[in-house]
Amino acid sequence: MRASLVNQLRVLVPVKRTIDYAVKIRVASDGKGVDTNVQHSMNPFDEIAVEEAVRLRERNKEAVKRITVVSAGPTKSQDVLRTALAMGADDAIHVDVPNAIEPLAVSKILRAIVEKESGEDEIGMVILGKQAIDDDASQTGQMLAGLLNWPQATFASKVELEGKGDKGDKVKVTREVDGGLAIVETQVPLVVTTDLRLNEPRYASLPNIMKAKKKKMTKYSIADLGLEKDVEPRLETLKVSEPPQRQGGAKVENVDELIAKLKEAGRI
Amino acid sequence: MFAVRSAFRAGARAAVPFRTFATSSSRAANTLLFLEHKNGAINPASLSALTAAQKLGGEIHGLVTGRASEAKKVAEEAAKVGGLTKVLVSSSDAFAYPLSEPIAPLIQSLVSKNSYSHVVAGHTAVGRDVMPRASVLLDSSQISDIISVEGEDTFVRPIYAGNALATVKTSDKVVVFTVRGTAFDAAKAEGGSASVEEVEAGEAPQPTKFVEEQVSESSRPDLATAARVVSGGRALKSAEGFEKYIEPLADKLKAAVGASRAAVDAGYADNALQVGQTGKIVAPELYMAIGISGAIQHLAGMKDSKTIVAINKDPEAPIFQVADLGLVADLYEAVPELTEKL
Repeated sequence: MRASLVNQLRVLVPVKRTIDYAVKIRVASDGKGVDTNVQHSMNPFDEIAVEEAVRLRERNKEAVKRITVVSAGPTKSQDVLRTALAMGADDAIHVDVPNAIEPLAVSKILRAIVEKESGEDEIGMVILGKQAIDDDASQTGQMLAGLLNWPQATFASKVELEGKGDKGDKVKVTREVDGGLAIVETQVPLVVTTDLRLNEPRYASLPNIMKAKKKKMTKYSIADLGLEKDVEPRLETLKVSEPPQRQGGAKVENVDELIAKLKEAGRI
Repeated sequence: MFAVRSAFRAGARAAVPFRTFATSSSRAANTLLFLEHKNGAINPASLSALTAAQKLGGEIHGLVTGRASEAKKVAEEAAKVGGLTKVLVSSSDAFAYPLSEPIAPLIQSLVSKNSYSHVVAGHTAVGRDVMPRASVLLDSSQISDIISVEGEDTFVRPIYAGNALATVKTSDKVVVFTVRGTAFDAAKAEGGSASVEEVEAGEAPQPTKFVEEQVSESSRPDLATAARVVSGGRALKSAEGFEKYIEPLADKLKAAVGASRAAVDAGYADNALQVGQTGKIVAPELYMAIGISGAIQHLAGMKDSKTIVAINKDPEAPIFQVADLGLVADLYEAVPELTEKL
């Protein structure tokens, strides 16, 4: 029991550096990937995850002790970690991974982080985005929960922590499912993945960006975590191609012509 | 003009008609298909996933989980579905609502018992929740949202909101994948005669309790599978705008109602109606985008529709680049006129 201590919960928020959502991507000329020499930013769902961790502390000051953000990727991933620190996270962990890795590997890295950081400052909640907008896999949070054998609350649009974040404390999560919402009740420790409507992420203010530069960033290599074998890819990308292009642009003058054309095509 | 546009979908559907694949292993595919169901009915996405699984060749076993009474009934329905050789039914109160914590270990134990080479589900909210957890328990790197089966180990899936298609080949012993429902025809719900076998639920961990569901009530067809969809965007300006302009047109066309993220975020339409990268992926015969500009994220959810109609007063709106028929007009005049004349 740690009930006598205040500020119990340590929240881990994994963030990914992805191509900015507004960029129109291009398939690379070698047909093996996309042109990555473009604007990058934090995966939008991860911004929501960082925001939720910060709000959880704002709503419930007693409950959240520390917010740690983590990113696995090349050195440039430190940019998105700094952004997360400027939004209100306390410290950051950068796991240096030069090449793109699969969600399975990321989940193993995150498990290693959770285990490495166990002890006094145990991680009790991991909040991730529901998917990264580059690979669109929507797997990492669920995989991490499976590895840790923790409950998972995916596609969350509302998270309510009831208690001080002690082990076994109740968490009520509203999830976005097909056809509506599902409300579930689960417990700490747990994994949450964020849906778009969970919150509206804040902008980092200039003073906070300056302060973020002084916050602690720990760096690990894959070897430090003993995961050399675990990050080896299982999937080989044989090719990446452009989707078939639609030839849009045919205009009609008025509603009558629209109806006539739809009838002609057998759509109405 | 429509023939050209539908060529891709036809291609994606019929690319691999039940051929057997040359593989290094001599083992035939042996697939476990998770059958999602609600109110006694099998989810159409599961039936599309079955069609995808059939392209692997080999036997396909369906898995039905649920409370005793419902699971049995659904298993009987599943036994009639063409293409399944066996239906495994596991009933427990832990399965009353499809939660990942009890279902993923069940899938894991079935794979170890029956040596399945493939585990498949629809890429629905349930499939997306349960399958990666099962996948990690099998130490397999899941392939999400596939749109084509190229071989026992090779699949095509969209990345970057559908702006690129990746062909990936897995080296995993157990191949776990989820299927984009709109990319495959649903398997026929009749004509099959699978055997039904009960399997023990085992310990079924239950750290999460289902409290309640808030279902968006609608008498209209289901958005994900409707033949026609009428979608509204920010230009509708209010929930009343949706009621007054979008819904009557949808009713006239017997269409489902969809919405852009902007319209959902502004509260004009329910979350469940959102079409796009982060909402539903639809591919109806007819998609009408009304007052929707056509952001990349929206296009990701509807650009495989057979015919796209756009009504927008901005002639530069990106939606016109993908629309088969575009009408540059004020929706407040054009839509009532269209509804009236249909």
